[in-house]
Formats: sequence, C-alpha cells, structure tokens
Amino acid sequence: MSAVIEPTTSWFLILSAVLFSVGTVGVMVRRNPLVMFMCIELMLNAVNLSFVTFARARADIGGQSAVFFVLVVAAAEVVVGLGIIVSIMRRRTGATADDLTVLKG
Amino acid sequence: MELFVFVAAALMAVVGSLGVVTRSNPVHAAMSLVLTLFGVAVLFVQQGAHFLAAVQIIVYAGAIVVLFLFVIMLLGVDRAENLRIEPLAGQRIVAGAVGAAMVGLLTAAVLTSESAVTVSGQGLNSTALDSPDANVKQLAESIFGDNVFAFEITSVLLLVAVVGTVILARRLPKQAEAAQ
Repeated sequence: MSAVIEPTTSWFLILSAVLFSVGTVGVMVRRNPLVMFMCIELMLNAVNLSFVTFARARADIGGQSAVFFVLVVAAAEVVVGLGIIVSIMRRRTGATADDLTVLKG
Repeated sequence: MELFVFVAAALMAVVGSLGVVTRSNPVHAAMSLVLTLFGVAVLFVQQGAHFLAAVQIIVYAGAIVVLFLFVIMLLGVDRAENLRIEPLAGQRIVAGAVGAAMVGLLTAAVLTSESAVTVSGQGLNSTALDSPDANVKQLAESIFGDNVFAFEITSVLLLVAVVGTVILARRLPKQAEAAQ
C-alpha cells in the first residue's frame, strides 16, 4: 500500500492562484457590471483562501484576522458598489460596462 | 480522507468560479458564486479556520449573494445576455492568455518558494490551530488585542458605507416629481 497523500500548503496556494486568475479573466471579459462584481468577490475569496493557508502553514493567527477584515471590507464594498449600479441602472436600463464610457466626458 | 475533502472542495470552488465567468444569466452566475463560497468554506474548515468558515457562509453566501440577487431582481436584468457577440475583437483570447500566464507564474512562484512558505516541522500538521475552541479564542485575542484599532476603524467604515449607500440610492425630490 502506498503512502497516503496529504494536501500540502502549495496545493492550497495553487488552488487560490487558479481561483484568482479565473476571477481576473471574468472581470476582463464580462460586460454586465453585476457579474464583474461577482468576479471581484471571487478574487477576494481566492486571497482569503491563501491568507488562511499561510495562517495554518506558519501557525500564526494573524492571517485569519486579516481574512476577518477582508470580509468586512468586502461587505462594505458590495453595499456601495451595488448602490452605484442601482443608481446607474435607474437612468439607463440594461447598461453594460461599455456604455459607461460616457463618463469620459 | 484529507485528500478526498481537498479534491472535492477544490472541484466545487473551481467549477463554481468557471460558472460565474461563463453563465450568461446573472442569476445562474450568482448561484455558481454560492458553490464557490461553499467550497472555500470547506477548505477553511480543513485548515482549522472554523470561525471564518461559519462567517463565510453567513456573510458571503447568506448576505452578500442575497444582496446580489435582490439587485438582479430589482433591476430586472435577470434575462440571459448574449455571450456570442464579442464587442472587442480578440479580447477573450487576450484575457484567456493573461489568465493562463497568471496561473503559470503564480504556480511557479509557489513551487519555487515551497520551502520558504512552510516553517519546517510545523506545516499543515501543526496542532496549534486545530481545536475548534482554540481557533475562536485565538482569533478573538488577535482581533480584540493586536488589531483592536483596526477593528474600531472598521465600524466607522461600515457606518460610512451605509450612509453613502442611502444617499446614493435615494431619489432626489426633483427626480421623484419628474418620474410622476
């Protein structure tokens, strides 16, 4: 019987890198502002995962408290961002990120 | 067992994240986001971050995604958008290449510094963070001890966000008249 393979720190970090990159591609490709927002949440989650991984790897709880603050800031960011999206959509229904080039002036 | 949990949770997270990017209907994208959040929460539990896993489910899956769904329904943008059209020629190819390069670079960085990120002998087998009670206690000591100032500032941030959103989403009296 072969030795049991245990997931190591690197596996978690690589998974976090994959999630972050998928989120980045989503922000670059999608045009619906709401979906772009979800992709940003995805990136935040990937970073949270690597924070927790480092907290575990280095046996330091500080990484986990960083995740706590990231969660709070993410909540605040979503609230403000969705408020902005709602007020934009109220003026021009079905606006995509491209339509907002009018902001260039 | 550890391996099985990791692979299952990682699959959930990756499939969910791909769903967020590829689903044309925003509601389906939000549901895929929930799948990713649950996968990440499982990985949190696996690494002894029990409190954060609970908060992840309650705050992210419970509150933030529901907020997303509210806005989607409120604005009526829940119809599928046509993803076939590519407004900027070659954008997807370039974005895909950048994403693949990013995965490659980050993976290479992780693999080359493997010995640096893991303190020898502690690694994932450390028992310091293992007990559920110990996790909450340690986290509380860290947040209300070392980071208490940041914690207090966070409350100001939340207050500013709430007030700002109320002002943003409010209809001005003039607009309300015009709408009637």
